[in-house]
Amino acid sequence: MRAAWLAIGTMVAVGCGGGGEQAASGGGETATQTAVAPLGTGTISGIVMFTGTPPANPPIDMREEPHCAAMYGGNPTDPVVMVKDGHLANVFVRVTGGLPAGPYPKPAKDPEIDQQGCLYHPRVLGVMTGQALQIHNSDSLLHNIKAVPTTNRGFNVSQPRAGMTREHVFTAPEIMVPFECNVHGWMKAYVGVVDHPYFAVSGENGAFTIGGLPPGTYRLEAWHEKYGTKTVEVTIGADGQGSVTFTYAAS
Amino acid sequence: MSRRRVGVALLALAWSVSLAVLGPLQAQDLTRGKAVYDRWCAGCHGETGAGDGEAMTYMLPRPRDFRRAVYQVRTTATGGLPTDADLMRVVDEGMPGTTMPGWRTRLSEAERRDVVAHIKSFSRFFEGENPTPLAFGKAPRLTAEGLVEGERWYRELECFKCHGDAGRGDGPSAPTLTDDWNQPIRAADLTRGWNFNGGASVEQIYRRLRTGLDGTPMPSFSDAVEGEILTEEQLWRVAQWVHSLSPERPPVREVIRAPRLDGALPSGPEDSAWAAIPPAWVPLVGQIVIKPRWFAPRVDGLWVRAAHDGQTLAVLVAWSDPSRSPDATWQEWIDGVAGAMTDADGPVPTTQGPDRLHVQVPLRPPEGLERPYFLGGDPRRPTYQWQWTSAPDAVREGRGTGLGAFTASATTTVQHAAVFADGEWRVQFARALAPADTAAAPAFPVGEAVPMAFYAADGSDGEDERRGAVSAWYAIYLDVPTPPRVYVAPVLAVLVTAGLGGLVVVRAQRRARST
Ligand code: HEC
Ligand code: HEC
Repeated sequence: MRAAWLAIGTMVAVGCGGGGEQAASGGGETATQTAVAPLGTGTISGIVMFTGTPPANPPIDMREEPHCAAMYGGNPTDPVVMVKDGHLANVFVRVTGGLPAGPYPKPAKDPEIDQQGCLYHPRVLGVMTGQALQIHNSDSLLHNIKAVPTTNRGFNVSQPRAGMTREHVFTAPEIMVPFECNVHGWMKAYVGVVDHPYFAVSGENGAFTIGGLPPGTYRLEAWHEKYGTKTVEVTIGADGQGSVTFTYAAS
Repeated sequence: MSRRRVGVALLALAWSVSLAVLGPLQAQDLTRGKAVYDRWCAGCHGETGAGDGEAMTYMLPRPRDFRRAVYQVRTTATGGLPTDADLMRVVDEGMPGTTMPGWRTRLSEAERRDVVAHIKSFSRFFEGENPTPLAFGKAPRLTAEGLVEGERWYRELECFKCHGDAGRGDGPSAPTLTDDWNQPIRAADLTRGWNFNGGASVEQIYRRLRTGLDGTPMPSFSDAVEGEILTEEQLWRVAQWVHSLSPERPPVREVIRAPRLDGALPSGPEDSAWAAIPPAWVPLVGQIVIKPRWFAPRVDGLWVRAAHDGQTLAVLVAWSDPSRSPDATWQEWIDGVAGAMTDADGPVPTTQGPDRLHVQVPLRPPEGLERPYFLGGDPRRPTYQWQWTSAPDAVREGRGTGLGAFTASATTTVQHAAVFADGEWRVQFARALAPADTAAAPAFPVGEAVPMAFYAADGSDGEDERRGAVSAWYAIYLDVPTPPRVYVAPVLAVLVTAGLGGLVVVRAQRRARST
């Protein structure tokens, strides 16, 4: 039954991207979940630009946790908009169209999210359905981690000690699942759950790469917590390279 | 009939009428569960289960949106669905401390089963699922050392971040808490076990610690046990310690006894002499008679103690209030409350007023059972009041003829001292038994019951002189061993939760009939 919901969730997520224009390349046979071969060796290299003056991030009142506050020279801010030299970080990018039919290989490494200095690291991340997200606490104090999804089931767990780790598996695609800590109301993270591994998050320099794809034309959607979504098309040529630029502007 | 009785009667009526007007079930094509739901639950939970019934903005917490299948009172792991037994239990018992009524005595078992099945149909998550409860084990024997251990773990696990050092819901994170629907939510006052949503027994508390209350900030602590941060037994100790913070049942007494002390009266709210005098619990309920009505009061009751020495009466009133209003750290909270209650009887203030406590007695001795209107009195039967505010920390003394209708006397004859600590106000009043001016103030006669009633408000919760909590009439009795039982226990407390549900249901039925 859960599988049925998965299927519906998948249809919604993929359907909106107009998936399936490209013929599947060699994916037809029934592969086992454990070892799915990569679909290809092509890579999309992208960059997320930001024009205009980025807004100042709101200050955080961290007096409740002097230990954390001290890590920010006493002036912690909420890293909502992270711009460096005109490049925007923490943008979640995923393929929403043009993918050959699955199954898709699972990324080799489990994704991780850490609580450190009373902030989430990373603040934005992606996981593939069925992957085990590792939720870790590096702070020597209590955090609770509350996930508030709508398509998946949520949870609310506590980690009163440094070194605790919990695994969580999301079963249905969902953009984005908010994570929050209620002990520290300012702590926010966003987890993109995708039913394939073709996603990435822009780094400090605005760059991201999505690899393992065969040549073809793909639709990509970018998501930013403040500036919303943008969609572009990108083609991976015979040389296995495709490049793309997203541009967000100060509002 | 006095206005007071009309007020109370309306409430009673609202509920009893709704019970009486069972009427024939409407359309035949509806399943039974839907029919029960539409009649009894939709007024709060909304026709489509979205938690958006017409009375929604009067309530905090709001009625549950069933579409996400997020349930607080479960025996399953966090994120899990409730079992049918979990749902039956919460429908039977209701959720103390909220407007969610219990239905055990109001609906037949078959109806309750049907309505539970219907609630599940609002969410696809239930399809084909058969949730399994966690294994909880058994509580260890209660011991003194066990309680010390429990308190130690309460601090080690940092429960106080939300619940406060003494458990009164005043932790540093409390003003910022919101639920899954972005509505402000209060950290439970752990000294008020009777308000726990899932029940107040040690077993019930332990279950909530293991499962969390999904949809709220209250997390599950199962990982701490599984990760061997603490043992199951130690978590049971936490539950036992939390349980020990509340009396089994608050000792509601109609009469507040003021013993005559031979020595000096207590010198202030913190005088240990008060400990020797048993407190009376005076339950308060939201002021829902005069607009703006207030169904979600912060203060749910007062601990009242009194004593006299033949010359002076001293009254000590203590109550939980997580904020010393106004308090900048609670601004986010009051903004949230104002946002949640937008449509209810006009806007809720977003400027924090002071905390308030009003103590009233009839200005003139009542004849027979005729007492002034319980909401501050009425022009024919005024009240004599002490109106205390936290900012400025002052008492005004004077004459009341209704809620908000108050004339302060030129001179103040009552003395007071107020102390705020660990989420609790303790305010002591003292006044001579014989009034300085017999026209402006009544005497406190020894050996006679004097009606007394209370009003309390938390300024950081959007409460003021009308949005707040009221008591029915109680009595204070100075120095006689056998108090007369003339004053009936306040029906009000019982009626209000029911009353709101009743009002909603009745209104819904009226609407249904007129269409
Ligand atoms: C992040 C804040 C937070 C932390 C940490 C927290 N709680 Fe709570 N707790 C809450 C909130 C909010 C509620 C009220 C939920 C509601 O009203 O539905 C609550 C409710 C409760 C209740 C009442 C349960 C019921 O049935 O209504 C108990 C008992 C309790 N908490 C005990 C604890 C203990 C013990 C700890 C530490 C082991 C703890 N809490 C940690 C926020 C917290
Ligand atoms: C007067 C308003 C009111 C009415 C009428 C009402 N409810 Fe509720 N109900 C609430 C509120 C408010 C909550 C949420 C309380 C909270 O979140 O702490 C709630 C919560 C619930 C929950 C969630 C329990 C949990 O564990 O989280 C269930 C189940 C429920 N109601 C069932 C019903 C059913 C069935 C009926 C009709 C037979 C009904 N309610 C009628 C107000 C109402």
